[in-house]
Amino acid sequence: MPEMLDTPWALSPSVALRPEPFGALAYHFTNRQLTFLKRPQLVALIQELGNYADVRSALLGLSIPRGDWSTYVTALTRLAETDMICPRDTTEGSPA
Amino acid sequence: MTLLEHRPTPTRPAGGTLIEQFEYGLDAPICLTWELTYACNLECAHCLSSSGRRDPRELTTEQCEAVIDELQRMQVFYVNIGGGEPTIRPDFWHLLQYAVDRRIGVKFSTNGVRLTPERAAQLASTDYVDVQISLDGATPEVNDYVRGPGSYATAITALENLQAAGFEDAKISVVCTRQNIGQLDEFKALADKYGATLRLTRLRPSGRGADVWDELRPLPEQQRELYDWLVAHGSDVLTGDSFFHLSAFGESLPGLNLCGAGRVVCLIDPIGDVYACPFAIHDNFLAGNVLTDDGFQNVWQRSELFADLRSPQTAGACTSCAFFDACRGGCMAAKFFTGLPLDGPDPECVQGYGETALAEDRPLPAPSQDHSRRVPTRNQPVMLQLRTRRPDSGAPVSACAVNPLAGFTP
Repeated sequence: MPEMLDTPWALSPSVALRPEPFGALAYHFTNRQLTFLKRPQLVALIQELGNYADVRSALLGLSIPRGDWSTYVTALTRLAETDMICPRDTTEGSPA
Repeated sequence: MTLLEHRPTPTRPAGGTLIEQFEYGLDAPICLTWELTYACNLECAHCLSSSGRRDPRELTTEQCEAVIDELQRMQVFYVNIGGGEPTIRPDFWHLLQYAVDRRIGVKFSTNGVRLTPERAAQLASTDYVDVQISLDGATPEVNDYVRGPGSYATAITALENLQAAGFEDAKISVVCTRQNIGQLDEFKALADKYGATLRLTRLRPSGRGADVWDELRPLPEQQRELYDWLVAHGSDVLTGDSFFHLSAFGESLPGLNLCGAGRVVCLIDPIGDVYACPFAIHDNFLAGNVLTDDGFQNVWQRSELFADLRSPQTAGACTSCAFFDACRGGCMAAKFFTGLPLDGPDPECVQGYGETALAEDRPLPAPSQDHSRRVPTRNQPVMLQLRTRRPDSGAPVSACAVNPLAGFTP
């Protein structure tokens, strides 16, 4: 968990998000995985990941209670396993 | 068809399971099937859309492009293209590229007739394309019995061409029947041989399937065999989530255990009619038309039929069944086309309630469309010809050949 919290992540470029009344659908065009995101806060988080230096600052930025962080990190880890989100390369001089 | 003036907004429970959420419908379908043409080179005995002849009202190339543009706006991620045989539409390859260029994935079902080495190479170099080759027997005898002479060889040639071109992970799509349930391991071996994934789906009594359902549907003990096989193979085998009625055997099968008709699933037919599900091509399940009802999105979001399907359903006769949460009453189309009430058991209910319901008097619905060829060709499966006369009925004779006074009442 600390490792993910302190590293930069982003929504995978192969993934499209579609808002739905219950949250969102995420579809990965390369591995054809369809994922259902049931928590609107989680949807907001993965949309915002790319705008923050690391996961921790994204969680802080979205005012997600510290007590819920482990749940969110577990969800993010699962999304990383199917490449829905991916580690962000920050070596290309992005204005972090 | 009736479209509602305003989009209905049912009170949706917050949280809850995905299945509960899906029952209230989505902003756009997940699983959209689009049949591009009713024309087909084959005359499969169990064709769910009674295909054969092209319909003169079929959407033009421009109209198809407009549908694709709209799907892009709705963020429909992929579309399942079928028919008929979609590849015999002259603009099929153009429409495929048109969709892919707009980042809509295309999965198309074909009997393989046009999958030449050149087309296979073209597909291998295109992203976002999945190919499903239909095969209903692991041997020519079993396959050609329902799909017609030569159809096994055509499918295998297509698989060979795809593999040779480097197309990865084609699908072999099998409708499970009494004749092929015993071949599940052989199907899996065939898929492995061609670097393909096996996809098994349920035989529905839809279209011409209604005529042969009694003869082709798996026997009760075969349902169990199929269920055990599916449980053992898990997510290595695709099912289009079509066997959720088998979940009442015990452990739920992977995927969505719910009738998705009009909620997450629908069909656009070759003339632009929108039905609740690919297995329900009947006026009773017609939600609207993409040309006359102001586009697909309007039909999906505002049809009265879909609003009905997305409102809480009663379990009817299944209310007291302990397995209702597992099978959710089974397949709407299977019930409808066997003349059973939609809020009762599936005709193939594994707890046996279907057999009881089938034994009772039930009015079969008349088909509302039939694009079958009027004159059979050499591609027609032989099974229907063999069954035109019962083997025990003797030579065909007119009544008066038996008795010159037949029918004469002085």
